[in-house]
Amino acid sequence: MAGEENRVVLHGTRVSLYSARVELALKVKGIEYELVEEDLMNKSEALLRFNPVHKKVPVLVHNGKPIAESLVIIEYIDENWKEGPRLLPQDPYERAKVRFWAGFLHQQLFEATASVIKTDGESQERAVKEVHEKLKMLEEGIKGSYPGGSPFVNGDNMGLLDIVVCSLFGPHKVQEEVLGVKFLDPEKHPRVTSWVKALNELPLVKEVTPPHEKLVGALQCFRNRALESAAA
Amino acid sequence: MDGVKLHGVWASPFSTRVIWALKLKGIPFDYVEEDLSNKSASLLRYNPVHKKIPVLVHGGRPVCESMVIVEYLEEAWPQFPLLPSDPHERAVARFWVKFIEDKSLNVWIAGRSAGEEQEKPMRDSSEMLAILEEHGPNKGKKFFGGDSINIVDIAFGGVAYWMRVIEEVSGGKMFDAAKLPRLNAWMANFESSPVIAKNLPDRGKLRDYFVPVRAKILSSSTSK
Repeated sequence: MAGEENRVVLHGTRVSLYSARVELALKVKGIEYELVEEDLMNKSEALLRFNPVHKKVPVLVHNGKPIAESLVIIEYIDENWKEGPRLLPQDPYERAKVRFWAGFLHQQLFEATASVIKTDGESQERAVKEVHEKLKMLEEGIKGSYPGGSPFVNGDNMGLLDIVVCSLFGPHKVQEEVLGVKFLDPEKHPRVTSWVKALNELPLVKEVTPPHEKLVGALQCFRNRALESAAA
Repeated sequence: MDGVKLHGVWASPFSTRVIWALKLKGIPFDYVEEDLSNKSASLLRYNPVHKKIPVLVHGGRPVCESMVIVEYLEEAWPQFPLLPSDPHERAVARFWVKFIEDKSLNVWIAGRSAGEEQEKPMRDSSEMLAILEEHGPNKGKKFFGGDSINIVDIAFGGVAYWMRVIEEVSGGKMFDAAKLPRLNAWMANFESSPVIAKNLPDRGKLRDYFVPVRAKILSSSTSK
């Protein structure tokens, strides 16, 4: 065994949507990797050493060198392993479109859904409204940017944007059960809803998705902790 | 038509970042100064999602979000590279760009708030600086890009220069030069480097611009 040479290790956990993104990217590319399952309540010394700035998952360690931030990791995977399906398009303008929408999803939509998870009562109602508004923007934006259909429908494999959408809204049934709130509305967001549905059917996605009950438990736990610390 | 047009605002750190990238790469461009109180029809058409500047239009196609634009320029014009060629080093650079983008929100929030509300964003901004001081790439070199300016310097330049204006206008302190020798040296290097020096909005003019902007925001938030 050549030590660290070509060894790919992912420090993560499947209940983390960020970590799930990286696993999907590795699987799309067909890269062999080792998953070091981290306990987020008891992080390994290695994780803290590899990500001293944020102390978070996921961290990809390749040839002994760590990389953090899920979207940065996915771009690294795409650039470093040029064989296999592309996770980002080749054309600079198309890449800019993907980065723009990935940024919108990652910052704006994620923030808004996190607010729904962490609040209740009137605050939660306002947060839900915001999610719906932003989903509408996404719906319109996808219509404009990808007139032939979603990026996934256009290509042959999941790309970065598909991975981000999948990680955010793939678990929508879990979100609905725990929060009693529906994010995706097939009438208001037909493109996004059908996109998510198609992604959830993929074998690769099913491979990295924990059982429904486990995700429900994890989300409920996260929500309870957030509500408790807000009340404190 | 393959011309490049930038819609921006002279006082904006975000459109200034794009100008730096364009000038460093020697890309000719037309500039459209937008009036934020009366946005042009083109701007609203080019950026329907955020309705914000900067927007870069290349061959009639718009690109939005300052750091997305900088990466686009990097990929479409290879001269004066703003990212290293090694994939791991590129990932490190992108990590720091993201860090700066995420944490610098506190700087803008500090600029828009006062009193108690300003305390946490100020503290969080100082923490961002402490982390960059300690962990930022290419420690011991002139720039975050090593011997020459790269995408991380451009991202941070948009924050550092405006941070001092915000400190003056809002009366808070985020940048403690005594505790940040590395960043202090970085600022001198960055602001005196030829292309950047010629494309830094005047500090006095920025102050005059932001004083009424801040007053307006504060008065509208208290009158709720």
